[in-house]
Amino acid sequence: MRIALFATCLADTMFPAAAKATVQLLERLGHEVVFPAEQTCCGQMHINTGYQKDAVRLVRRHVRSFAPYDVVVAPSGSCVGAVRHQHAMVARKFDDERLAVRAEDVASRTYELSELLVDVLKVEDVGAYYPHRVTYHPTCHSLRVLRVGDKPLRLLRNVRGLELAELPAAEQCCGFGGTFSIKNADTSTAMLADKMRHVLDTGADVCTAGDSSCLMHIGGGLSRLRTGVRTVHLAEILASTEAS
Amino acid sequence: MTTFLGMPATAPRGVGNLRGDESFPHAARTALGDAQLRRNLHHATTTIRAKSARVIDELPDWQRLRDAGSALKAYTMANLPLLLEQLEERVVAAGGVVHWAADANEANRIVTELVRATGEQRVIKVKSMATQEIGLNEALEAAGIEPVETDLAELIVQLGHDKPSHILVPAIHRNRAEIREIFLREMPGVDPALTDEPAVLAGAARRYLRETFLRTKVAVSGANFAVAETGTLAVVESEGNGRMCLTLPETLITVMGVEKVVPAWQDLEVFLQLLPRASTGERMNPYTSMWTGVTPGDGPQSFHLVLLDNGRSAVLADEVGRQALHCIRCSACLNVCPVYERAGGHAYGSVYPGPIGAILSPMLTGVEDNASLPYASSLCGACFDACPVKIDIPAILVHLRGEHVEAQKRPTPEGIAMAAAAYTMDHPRLYKAAQRAARLSRLAGRRGRGLPPPLNGWTAGRDLPAPPKQTFREWWAGR
Repeated sequence: MRIALFATCLADTMFPAAAKATVQLLERLGHEVVFPAEQTCCGQMHINTGYQKDAVRLVRRHVRSFAPYDVVVAPSGSCVGAVRHQHAMVARKFDDERLAVRAEDVASRTYELSELLVDVLKVEDVGAYYPHRVTYHPTCHSLRVLRVGDKPLRLLRNVRGLELAELPAAEQCCGFGGTFSIKNADTSTAMLADKMRHVLDTGADVCTAGDSSCLMHIGGGLSRLRTGVRTVHLAEILASTEAS
Repeated sequence: MTTFLGMPATAPRGVGNLRGDESFPHAARTALGDAQLRRNLHHATTTIRAKSARVIDELPDWQRLRDAGSALKAYTMANLPLLLEQLEERVVAAGGVVHWAADANEANRIVTELVRATGEQRVIKVKSMATQEIGLNEALEAAGIEPVETDLAELIVQLGHDKPSHILVPAIHRNRAEIREIFLREMPGVDPALTDEPAVLAGAARRYLRETFLRTKVAVSGANFAVAETGTLAVVESEGNGRMCLTLPETLITVMGVEKVVPAWQDLEVFLQLLPRASTGERMNPYTSMWTGVTPGDGPQSFHLVLLDNGRSAVLADEVGRQALHCIRCSACLNVCPVYERAGGHAYGSVYPGPIGAILSPMLTGVEDNASLPYASSLCGACFDACPVKIDIPAILVHLRGEHVEAQKRPTPEGIAMAAAAYTMDHPRLYKAAQRAARLSRLAGRRGRGLPPPLNGWTAGRDLPAPPKQTFREWWAGR
């Protein structure tokens, strides 16, 4: 299958390992990955902070970048959530019905990584090897906006060498929330403190999730506390093999 | 004399206890520093959450009940003027009197005059968000009338000269040692040997309230539902204090937000299943009182219904936000909210805390009067999943953030930065240059180094990741 990678601006700029791993994983599974170079950012930060008018041009760019492809994948529940549930809304808010319809069309072909693997490619064992004790944080947008359910866990359970540790109170937000973590830094920090405590309680040496943004937040806290627990994107675990 | 041509362009905004003195982040900081408060909140919300989840899981048709509740409310809002007129007609036909209050001040004036007309100096009250919203107790006190709250938690709040911090459990921020102190200090005729045993505290409140019930001739209540078809009012509660207030006095005055009307008697079958399970985690509500006008020889012989707008028409005019009027005040969204659990109810300023307060208060007052509230959420979506009438709170929060940004008359630093970021991201060459600049920040943003305001809140408790040596697109271009 020919799959267009929506790398997301955050992974492209700050966490390229997640996007690279997505490419390597899909190629290993026998698919062709293309990267439409005109893509930048889906505009979620603008939309969720209230700058929906500024976001229109980013929605338009995103739609133009991905319209030619039958299947689009992103290593992010949050960015796919924005594409699926916000792009058409933003276009309609500024009376661009044509853009809204095209956005809906692109959204209908856009998948978060675990959705693509389990629902579209029908694979749960991707042949990965990752000899670590790992806990999985279901990010809010993958869980409650996309409803990926246990798809990431099904993929992780099939990874050889991986010991999965259940995260207590897993469904609670880590406190990131984009600009929330800046505008309401104190409340965000209190939420992060509880999330970190739960991660540490699992005794895992790796905390994984499907979103680089939440991992950046949790990882930033774990690093500050010098806990030694690493944050690793789900794609990187699934891309790992005994050869790597 | 002016000629009135149809609806005014903007409906009047709500007044009363809907605005805080400080912004949410500022107020939250105080609450976050109170370890006892955080323990109380964590314990209480975790307990209610688990209890509610258990009884919701029992129902195979919970999602369909939510759909039904949502559809009934949407129908109600689409037909609100007609339903209210029908309600008025039925209440009047059953011997009640209906008053229309445009805002909190008018509602307070109506109730105060009604109490004055009875010649009584004291009223007993059933817990009611509408009367908290309009500040009725303060208005009555100013007129020399003593209001006595009869819900235990509301009584604790009243005696403590405090503000409620939760819709359902208004004294959630108090523990029993604090309650004992409040009772000893403020409760008339309290036993000085009072302990902080829950049963002893409840007994003290019961003795005090029983006496008050028996010697008070006027009661004020809110309403959970009002049936347009029959003119029936409904109040649900757990302690039996409501039943006493609604049946013993000679005069009953009910203050109700206009959105509480439901079309038909049968609609209650949906809401009376949704509300207790989402709210207290009970299968059935302990006390459900319903009354239709006046019944000769039984219950209050004088009944007044005050229909309160106080900004609700303005909410109704907002196509995206009007869902907020579907709220049945169950407080499920508070109990699942990670922000509420840490910051507590007082941080929201308004009598409506938590996720529902973060959308309802700014819409009732106009977003500029509560501009920090739509941002008091990480948009985690737990509230939407918990809401028994499926109010899409995250979508309304995003909508209100947009309203706030669009209401700015002058460019703000954030607005300039956001416009610049959007422009950059719409020009791939500039975007690549910005990515290179981010890499240079490896020097500035090293471990432990702080960022300047307004970004310093992030680096106060978190390290920034070091930008990678190569962006993804550079790697891709070089394969």
